Amino acid sequence: MTIHNLYIFSKTGTLLYYAEWNRLNKSGITREEEAKLMYGMLFSMKSFVNKISPLDPKEGFLYYKTGKYTLHYFETPSGLKFVLNTDNASQNVRELLQQLYREVYLEYVVKNPFCQLNEPIQSELFKVKVDELFKKSPLFLSRSL
Amino acid sequence: MSRTGTKLDAKKVNSELFTLTYGSLVSQLLQDYENVEDVNKQLERMGYNIGIRLIEDFLARTGSGRCYDFRDTAEKIQSGFKIFLGITPSITNWSPAGDEFSLCFETNPLTEFVELPDNYSNLKYCNILPGVLRGACEMVQMEVACWFVQDQLKNDNVTELRVKFVKRLEDAIPAGED
Repeated sequence: MTIHNLYIFSKTGTLLYYAEWNRLNKSGITREEEAKLMYGMLFSMKSFVNKISPLDPKEGFLYYKTGKYTLHYFETPSGLKFVLNTDNASQNVRELLQQLYREVYLEYVVKNPFCQLNEPIQSELFKVKVDELFKKSPLFLSRSL
Repeated sequence: MSRTGTKLDAKKVNSELFTLTYGSLVSQLLQDYENVEDVNKQLERMGYNIGIRLIEDFLARTGSGRCYDFRDTAEKIQSGFKIFLGITPSITNWSPAGDEFSLCFETNPLTEFVELPDNYSNLKYCNILPGVLRGACEMVQMEVACWFVQDQLKNDNVTELRVKFVKRLEDAIPAGED
């Protein structure tokens, strides 16, 4: 099992944070362009899922899967968006993202008055804690596939 | 920094310290601004800034989703008071349209040792609370208006905070290719 990369978007679509661990394929565009593309896709996906759903969509869009990887999506009611790419075998990624929100984002960004909420996260402590959380997760194996 | 992520149990934090700290904040503001109206405004603004952060703590702790309707909102606000101030205000006086309700406080930890001097009769001592509610609701796409209609400090029996639903804010659309 592998964790590839992580995006955190604010509710207005600003890329707050990006980190990668095992990413073999580069997109070939700048980080900013990639983030815009990603956010646009998520936004469309969300409204598509909600419109096309034959039942009350409740939580709506949760993840998508390709032959090679799975993109997991977790959005808080306050509009924060956590996006994590993993391989297809990973399980309980949702819990991991909730844990990231509860134990890392809340503690080291929201409770840090020097972190502006709608700007990219600069805090070193936050970076270290994100890295720690993922590296101790059973999903993290730094084996290149 | 030696923060380990272990949380202080919210219930065990001494509320007297909080009460007195808030009291000194208000009295400092009264010294800094000559006008009581300005103090009310500042308190509301500070509350707003607290609210936009506090909502994340609330959501992470309770794991609650978006509100179905305004009654749901009222209950969530009530549980927020329970979590952060250790009190359970009662929800009363619904407007017929269901877009306004009141929160009634029998006790209010903010005002425990407080008496208002006569020359400050316009001061909304607890004006930080409406700010917190407004900020928190705004973060979950709801614009609300919030004000005090009764105040124990002004010799009313209960402290009554009125909350009115104004409108639903729309989700932000992604920025276009400029």
